[in-house]
Amino acid sequence: MLQLTDEKKIWMEGKANEIRQSVIEMLVEAGSGHSAGSLGMADIFTALYFFVLKHDPTNPMWEERDRLVLSSGHICPVYYATLAHAGYLPLDELKTLRKFGSRLQGHPHREYLKFLETSSGPLGSGLSQAVGMCLADRMDNGKYSPKQFYCLLSDGELDEGNIWEGVMLGAKERLQNLTAIIDRNNIQIEGYTEDVMPLEPLKEKWESFNWHVQVIDGHNIEQIVGAVGVAQAVFDRPSVIIANTIPGKGVSFMERKWQWHGKPPTKEEGEMALSELRSMK
Amino acid sequence: MLNSSLNKNLFNENVEKVSIRFGFGEGLVLAADKDKNVVGLCADLNESSQMSLFAKKYPLRFVQVGVAEQNMVTVASGMAAMGKIPFASSYAMFSPGRNWEQIRTTIAYNDRPVKIIGSHAGISVGPDGGTHQATEDIALMRVLPNMIVLSPCDAIEAKKATIEAAKINKPVYIRLAREKTPLITTEDTPFEIGKAQIFFAPPMDAQVGIIATGALVHKAIIVAQNFAQKGISVKVLNIASIRPLDFEAIINLAEETNAIVSVEEHQVVGGLGSAVAEVLVQNYPVPMELIGIHDKYGQSGTPDELIEHYGMGVPSIERAVERVMQRK
Repeated sequence: MLQLTDEKKIWMEGKANEIRQSVIEMLVEAGSGHSAGSLGMADIFTALYFFVLKHDPTNPMWEERDRLVLSSGHICPVYYATLAHAGYLPLDELKTLRKFGSRLQGHPHREYLKFLETSSGPLGSGLSQAVGMCLADRMDNGKYSPKQFYCLLSDGELDEGNIWEGVMLGAKERLQNLTAIIDRNNIQIEGYTEDVMPLEPLKEKWESFNWHVQVIDGHNIEQIVGAVGVAQAVFDRPSVIIANTIPGKGVSFMERKWQWHGKPPTKEEGEMALSELRSMK
Repeated sequence: MLNSSLNKNLFNENVEKVSIRFGFGEGLVLAADKDKNVVGLCADLNESSQMSLFAKKYPLRFVQVGVAEQNMVTVASGMAAMGKIPFASSYAMFSPGRNWEQIRTTIAYNDRPVKIIGSHAGISVGPDGGTHQATEDIALMRVLPNMIVLSPCDAIEAKKATIEAAKINKPVYIRLAREKTPLITTEDTPFEIGKAQIFFAPPMDAQVGIIATGALVHKAIIVAQNFAQKGISVKVLNIASIRPLDFEAIINLAEETNAIVSVEEHQVVGGLGSAVAEVLVQNYPVPMELIGIHDKYGQSGTPDELIEHYGMGVPSIERAVERVMQRK
């Protein structure tokens, strides 16, 4: 991976802000969708698509690309917005989110957007798919394959048993080029994760399943990039990065409120959110 | 009478019997020999689903996921995304029984060419009891867009179904039975996804058509033979491909006989009988009787006891043929 310069870091912070603005515009236009998680993951998506991932927007199906599986499909507004800013989609297309005939389905569907690695929405299935991709790649290219595999998970979806089945297999197979990133924003649809179904001690859980664990500030580009670098240097286990994030990050009236998990801003709220984001640039 | 490509020994008491799942085991090795992208996954039922033959020959292409059927199919989906042709096997009750949504979203909705192998399907699993008797799996799978559903009648057909499944770039479900089943077909019997075949045809126009699938096809042929000896002509259509279904063969049989009996080791709701009825009611409605399980769960017993008790034995099929003739 390249060295992260201050200049690049500052550029990426600005890019994350633009992506957040796109997310707000998309959600206002759609009239439904998931705000909090989408805003909270903007920094991680930016770091991945503008620094970490080996990919080529002009050749989305490039065989040598790294693979990224979005398990928590409901935060697709930030996924689509990042893909558009990275050059995979026209920016204009973002306003078709959730509309009839759009490639930007309410939850990602690869029949509509062929270059997606998978379709997602029903929670808990992404990590196992990333494990399967990694296993298949190892069969072809061996243990030291240059490809990296990433899976983005929400914390709420860790309630699903399928996740822990994937965790066990990833550890059993010592998938060293697999990195899971957990959006630890502490909320899910019906409330705070620790009220709905406590996940803590989360770090110790993953450690006890034989994964390499790092806990970071999911809004700090330097920490995100650094943690991925460390994960790639771990040679006997898969890695998980528990990224502490603020749901609704960047829009003060949404921040840390679980009520914003699954609803969009109104037109007026959208204006307030956009002016706040613009003022931060 | 009997399709000339079938086993001549079929009506003999000592007809050779082989578990349908053994055909899968053999077919998978043949498919894997041909294509290095064929991989196998199993959820702690390697021996009993007969994936073991493949696992022994190709250990580096085999993944043991433990007792975790949801994981098995989602991992398989990921492998298919990288160009593999994964075969994921377990008992039908657990896969597709337990992991239906994962199959729906990550395999069928995604249109990934994963092959789901459900062994020990039907009630003839026997002593294990109702929890292990999958009588709903055809319904679960044939409702999914993109999914191909195959239900072979013997081990040889299962081998061919496995080889064909590996070749087609679509998700496939193959339903296998545990019990030893008489060999009906031979290596020469044609097999094609989407095509049904007449297995037994009297020389004159038939009065009743039996449309059967899986291990009960043998009983359907015995019934047709018994009626032939009484001068009543009954044709038997074998349906190995439940989806896509051979509409033409079903409609032709209904036009000829005006009386249809469906036979399956599955709930009559949602299974082969329903599929046939859907075709006929829209194209050529005729009286129809459905042999299968009627709104009940299974229980412990020998396969023969259970087949008789739940109305799928030779006498039950014969009575259904008589009933449907009276309804013409």
